[in-house]
Amino acid sequence: MIWMDTLVQGILLGGLYALFAAGLSLVFGIMRLVNLAHGDLIVLAAYLILGVMGALGLHPFVAVLIAAPVMFCVGWLLQTYVLNRVLGEDILPPLLVTFGLSVVIQNGLLETYSANSQKLTAGPIEAQSLQFGPIAVGVMPLLTLASAVAVIFALNQLFYRTALGRAFRATSDDATTVQLMGIRPSNVFAMATGIAMVVATIAAMYLGTRANFDPSIGPARLLYAFEAVIIGGLGSLWGTLAGGIVIGVAQAFGAAINPEWQILSGHIAFVLVLLLRPRGLFPRAND
Amino acid sequence: MTALLNIAGLTANYGDFQALFGVDLTLNAGETVAIIGANGAGKTTLMRAITGIVRAASGVIALEGAPISKLAAPDVLMAGVAMVPEGRKLFPSLTVEENLLIGAHARKVAGPWNLEAIYDLFPILKERRLSPGTALSGGQQQMVAIGRALMSNPRVLLCDEISLGLAPVIIRDIYAAVPKIKASGASMIVVEQDIGQALKIADRVYCMMEGRVTLTGTPATLSREAIHDAYFGVSA
Repeated sequence: MIWMDTLVQGILLGGLYALFAAGLSLVFGIMRLVNLAHGDLIVLAAYLILGVMGALGLHPFVAVLIAAPVMFCVGWLLQTYVLNRVLGEDILPPLLVTFGLSVVIQNGLLETYSANSQKLTAGPIEAQSLQFGPIAVGVMPLLTLASAVAVIFALNQLFYRTALGRAFRATSDDATTVQLMGIRPSNVFAMATGIAMVVATIAAMYLGTRANFDPSIGPARLLYAFEAVIIGGLGSLWGTLAGGIVIGVAQAFGAAINPEWQILSGHIAFVLVLLLRPRGLFPRAND
Repeated sequence: MTALLNIAGLTANYGDFQALFGVDLTLNAGETVAIIGANGAGKTTLMRAITGIVRAASGVIALEGAPISKLAAPDVLMAGVAMVPEGRKLFPSLTVEENLLIGAHARKVAGPWNLEAIYDLFPILKERRLSPGTALSGGQQQMVAIGRALMSNPRVLLCDEISLGLAPVIIRDIYAAVPKIKASGASMIVVEQDIGQALKIADRVYCMMEGRVTLTGTPATLSREAIHDAYFGVSA
C-alpha cells in the first residue's frame, strides 16, 4: 500500500511540475523560444505574491489575483521590448538573452530580498488532508493538481476554441503568411508570453505555499519544467501535464527507495522517455 | 480619375539582387489586370512588394492616392489589399473553416464575402470544413486560399499563380470562380504563367521580363507575336 501512496503523492507533485511547465510549453509551441529565465520568472512571481501579501495583508489565494495581471504586463513588456528583438532564424540570441535575464533576476532578487528563505503562508489549509481509504491526500497538493488540470484545460480551450488561439496556431505555423491576414506576430508573441506569466504566477503561489523558496531556486524549476515539456512532446499541452506527472511519480518513487535519489530519479525518467520516444509521449502531428 | 491602385517607378531588392526596375502599373476599380511573364520575371516580387512582405526600395505604391509602400504587411491588409500567395500557404494547424476565418481576423469589414458566400462559391469547402487545411487536394487548397483572402472583403485582391501545379481540369474549376469574384465588385491583379488563362479573364495585361514591364495592352489588341517577344525577349 505504500506504493499506492507513493504513486498518488507523485501524481500530485506532477501537478506542480505541470504548472511550472505549462507556460514554457505555450511559449515554445507558439514561437519556438526556450525561455531560460522561466524558472526565475516563477520565483519573481512568488516574491511579488509575497510583497502583495505583506503590503495588503492578503491570503496567497487572493494575492495571486493581484499578482497575475502584473505578471501578464511583465511578460508582455518583456516580449515586446526584449525577446521580439532577438527572435529570428538563429536560435542562439534568444537563448543567450534569456540566460542573461535569468542571472539578472536572480541577482536582483538577491539584492532586494537577501538569500533568506521565504514562504507564502496559507494558514490551516496547508495541514489539511482528505482521507481516501488508506491514503491521506493533502488539500494543497490536491488543489495544485486540480489547478494544473484546470490551467491546461483553459489553455487548450483558448488555443483551439478562440480567435486568439487561431492566431496563435497560425503564427506558429507561418509567421510571414499570417501578416497577410493583418496579424502582427510580435503582438501575438507578446500576448502568449503575458499569458505564460499568468500561469507562472499560479505556479509560483503553489511553489511558495508548498515549500521555502529563495532567489537561487529558479534554474532547477526551469529544468523540471523543460523536462516535462520534452517528455510530453513539444507543443502538446496535455502532454506537458503527462510529462509533469511522469517526473513527479519518478521523483516520488526515487525518494521512497532512498531520499537522496528523488531528484536523480526524475532526470533518469526523462532520459528513459527520450531514449524510447525521442519526440516525447504526445508529439504534435504536424511538426 | 484616380486609379484604385497606382504603382510608379517601383524598385525592390532581394538582398543584393535587384528584382524590380522601375515598374509602373495601374489598377482601376472593378478591373481585372493580369501579369504574365516567365519564371524570375519579378511577378511574385511585385506582389510581395505591394503587400509589404518585401519592402520597396524606391517608387510609389498608392491605394486611392494614399501611399502604402512604407506600410508593414499587416497594415497593407488593413488598408484593403489581400493576397492569395504563391504556393497557397494554408496554415496546417487550422481546419479549412479556421483558415477561412483567419482571413477576417484583423480586417472585419462588411461586404459581399463571408463564410456563407465562400461556401456558395466553393461548395466542396463546406463539406470539408472540419478537415485540416493541408489535408485537401491542391485544387481545394487553392480554393481555401482564395476564400481566405476574400474573407477580409478586400478592395484589391492579388492572386499569385493560382494555377501553379494544378491539373488543367482543376484550373478550369478555379478560374470558373473568377467571374463571380469580379461580379462581387472586386478589383483583381492576377499573376499567371498560363497566358491563355490570363487573356481570358483580364481586362488588361502586363507582361514582365527581368524585373521590367515590357508590354501592356488589352487582350484584344495584343498579338501573339508581341506577347511572345515581351515574354521571351526575342523576336518570333
